[in-house]
This record gives sequence, C-alpha cells and structure tokens, in this order.
Amino acid sequence: MSLRIVVCVKYVPDATGDRHFAEDLTVDRDDVDGLLSELDEYAVEQALQIKEANDGEAEITVLTVGPEDATDALRKALSMGADKAVHVEDDDLHGTDALGTSLVLAKAIEKTGYDVVVCGMASTDGTMGVLPALLAERLGVPQATQLSQVAVADGKVTGRRDGDTASEQLEAALPAVVSVTDQSGEARYPSFKGIMAAKKKPLETLDLDDLDIEADEVGLEGAWTKVESADERPARTKGTIVTDEGEGAKQLAEFLAGQKFI
Amino acid sequence: MAEVLVYVDHVDGAVRKPTLELLTLARRIGEPVAVHLGAGVDTAAPVLAEHGAVKVLAADAPEFADYLVAPKVDALQAAYDAVSPAAVLLPSSAEGKEIGARLAVRIGSGIITDAVDVEAGDEGPVATQSVFAASYTTKSRITKGTPVITVKPNSAAPEAAPAAGAVEQLAVTVADASKGTKIVSRTPRESTGRPELTEAAIVVSGGRGVNGAENFPVIEALADSLGAAVGASRAAVDAGWYPHTNQVGQTGKSVSPQLYIAAGISGAIQHRAGMQTSKTIVAINKDAEAPIFDLVDYGVVGDLFDVVPALTDEVKSRKG
Repeated sequence: MSLRIVVCVKYVPDATGDRHFAEDLTVDRDDVDGLLSELDEYAVEQALQIKEANDGEAEITVLTVGPEDATDALRKALSMGADKAVHVEDDDLHGTDALGTSLVLAKAIEKTGYDVVVCGMASTDGTMGVLPALLAERLGVPQATQLSQVAVADGKVTGRRDGDTASEQLEAALPAVVSVTDQSGEARYPSFKGIMAAKKKPLETLDLDDLDIEADEVGLEGAWTKVESADERPARTKGTIVTDEGEGAKQLAEFLAGQKFI
Repeated sequence: MAEVLVYVDHVDGAVRKPTLELLTLARRIGEPVAVHLGAGVDTAAPVLAEHGAVKVLAADAPEFADYLVAPKVDALQAAYDAVSPAAVLLPSSAEGKEIGARLAVRIGSGIITDAVDVEAGDEGPVATQSVFAASYTTKSRITKGTPVITVKPNSAAPEAAPAAGAVEQLAVTVADASKGTKIVSRTPRESTGRPELTEAAIVVSGGRGVNGAENFPVIEALADSLGAAVGASRAAVDAGWYPHTNQVGQTGKSVSPQLYIAAGISGAIQHRAGMQTSKTIVAINKDAEAPIFDLVDYGVVGDLFDVVPALTDEVKSRKG
C-alpha cells in the first residue's frame, strides 16, 4: 500500500510586515500579508523527498487550520508537489490556541488517514514548537521531532536530532509524527509547471461539524490560555553611535566598563 | 502554601542554570518541588535545596535515556499525581517544551511557552512573553487545568533560599506506548569550554561581515575574553562558517543575555527575532545604515577586523 503522508502547514503573517494585535488580542491578520510559514516549507520538502525515496509510492496531503486566505499556504505546498490539500475552516476557530489547534489537526489527520505526519519545527509567528509533540500525544503515536535528517523506509522513520548537548539517532515505527528543522534540506521553489498543476489538485474544506468538534472546545472562548494584555514595546531609546577612527574599540570598552561588563 | 513542580534540567546531576532560575520564579507562586529524572540526584539535590526546593522527587530508569521524551512525561505525570501542584514549570528547551506539551494534553491543561517572567496573579500565575520579534510584550494566564509554563533562560537571577530539599523516590511506570521512539545512538557534542549559547550572560555573534570560517577565531577571542558564548547569524551559518547549533535567530536559537555584541551583522528581521530581548545590545558594522544600529545601546561604525581584536586587547588589559 502506498505511504500516506500528511504535512501540517500554517499560514502566518509575514514577519517582515508590521505585525500587531487586534482588539480581542488575537493576531491581526488584516493588516499584514500572510504566507506559508517558512519553516513548514522544510516539512513539505522532506515529504516530497520521502515520496521520491519510496519510488513515488506515496500520497502527500497538506493540511492546514486557518482562515479563508490560508488556502494560499496550501496552494504553495501543492505547487511544490504535494498531491492534495485539506483546509479546516470555521468561524468558530477564531482565536484557537495551540492545544485547540492540535485537537483539530489530530481529528483531521485521523479522518484523512496517515502513516507519517510531517511538521515544521515551529511556526514563524507563535514559535512555540510544541505542536508536533501535542499531536503525537493526541494521536497516541511516536514522535520523532526536531530532525535535521529524516528517512522513511520499511515501515519506520529514522532521523537525527541535534540537541544542545548531544546529537541523537532516532528510530520509530510508523505511524509516527515527525518534525524537521531548517537544517533538513533547502526547500525547492515551485516550478511554473508545478504552479499550473496545483490549480487542478483537489482541495477539500472541512468544518468543525465534519470533525465532530464542538464550537466551545476551540476558539477564543474554548482556549486553554488567555492573553490579558499586549503592549507594544516602547521604541528603544536611540543608542550612542560612534565612528571608528582608531579609537572605536577604546570607546566601546569604556561603555562596557561603565555598564560593569568588564 | 501550594506546591509548584519544577522540572530539573541537568547533565548527570550537574544542574543547569535555567533550572535555578525556575526555582526562583517558582517561589513567587508557591513552594518549589523539584523533579529530577535520571542519574546524579545526590549531586543535584543540595544545589536544588540551596535554591529553594522544599522537596526533590527523584526517579531513574534506563527508559529516560533509551527513548525520546515520552518516558519523562510519564515520570512528570507521576510527580503531578503525587503532588497536585498549583503549576508546573519547565525550561524552554526543545525537550522541556515537548515534555510540557504532552503533560498538558494528559492533564487537560493549557500551556504557555517561552515566558520571560512569571508572577502570581489573582486567578493563577501570569506569564510575560515577548512576541513578534520582541515588538510586543504580552501577559497571559492559563484558564483550564493546572498551568504548565516553560520559561526562557535568563528570565530571572537565581537567588539562594535554603530549603529542606529532602530527596524522595518517585515511583514511575513507563508505559509501553511511551517507548515508541528509540534513541539508537547518542554522540555528545564536543565541549568548547564556552557557556551554552541560550544560557550565557554575554553573547558575541558574527555575521556575513566575518567573511569566512577562517576569521571566526576573531569573534571567539573576544567571546573568550568576556567569558561569553559565540553566536552566528543565519548568513554565516548558511555559508558554512559556523555550526548551526550556534545560530541566533528565528530559525535558530533565541537568546536573551545581559549583553549581546553583534559583529558584522546587518540585523535582518530573522536575526532580530532571536536577540532583540537582550538587555544591552552592541553592534560593530562597517555599514552605518545597517538596521542593527536601530536596536543598539552602543554602536561602532567601523571594520570589525580593526575594532574586535582591539576590543579583545582592551578587555584583557582591563581585566588584568
């Protein structure tokens, strides 16, 4: 049977834009363009490489939970080479936190069917990095996370996890949840052919009813966490800037000594 | 007073500094109970007690080293069941976050990661986070279950507060389901003798301006004179000049030291996201227009190959 790969991707506000909060203290998505989280491109790339390593005997489904515009992220992944897309979209999802998102993703993954779930190491907006572990816990399958190198063959996933103090070689039987780092391999650019083909690929939209999730389990009201305040950081007071004309190091050393760093 | 579980990050009983910071923060919201998994509790316990642990729950099992993350979640859950804490604090390492996340699902609780401060609130602990490349500061709390909070290094100054810290053995049953991901082999990272990047009080980073792996010793020499960790920008890492483990930025490590020195780094958003919460920021760059100068407390417009070695000499001579 062909390998079923689900790649979880996130549609995030562009980090180079002026990101801020809406009145309800959720992320304001209207003022900044969204895009496929850069770290999820590595996940799509590894899914494509796993498929290639399995002689094409795999089907890659990209999955996202997000607003209407999040289809942009799915289209990007389809144009890179994924086979089909699933978009969970529901007004009641507004303000869902990580635990809620993991619940929705887990139900959608179970509905889609999977052998391997591939995620990026973290989103580029929330940067929590907990979603793959949350998914593994909810799905009751092994987690092989933070991999800089990954391979899937013979019903198991193997990979390398580079930690602070050691580099570990991991092995887990499928089904499993995998997350990959930006060291796993440069993500490919969609080709013109890929972009054209993506328009014809199936994109399924699901809502909470389809996944048997009650509205109060997700969204701002159902969230396990509450943001009480969000304050823009005051602009840093303009620092001292000197031009080095031979004395730069000395001047800097004075500053550091004044701050008790030396 | 309510008990607060603190997950101990250690290497064979050598407690890492972020754990001492956690104990300090935990005392604001209750009585810290440390959870020590693996070998070395005899070494760790006095240090944990010195920093306020009223009790040390200890468990050692081969599964902690043989399988990834999940057995440690079983152990932390056993500690949770034994204590019924008011909160669970863990370090914001990759592993700390994953353990916290899985525990949160199991106990039906919310999780907050990367807190830079934790304080007591009327409705439970309030965590401060720095978001959107540090352009916003948020305060959040957990509304369901027992708060699980992971805290970034350098979020508090560790304070001594001697407590009993008696070691109690924690009975742990590792579920078969938790043995899903086998650690086949482990290669310890070669020690550079420098402080760990995310924990260091001072970080000296080099970027594109360093212009080659062969020039990084210039950065390392300044770091060593200051007892600092060495960081690198994504450009320097992508060019293969320095290991990825030292990358500071959105896709690398996030650091928040007392002093951050950026040499030959322009300050792209990618990099700023990883260092903007540093207390004092210094930059050395040839380009007076580099965006990094918008962030600095002190900037030197100049050639890093002139300024950095001269600064290293200054530091050495002042330290005598």
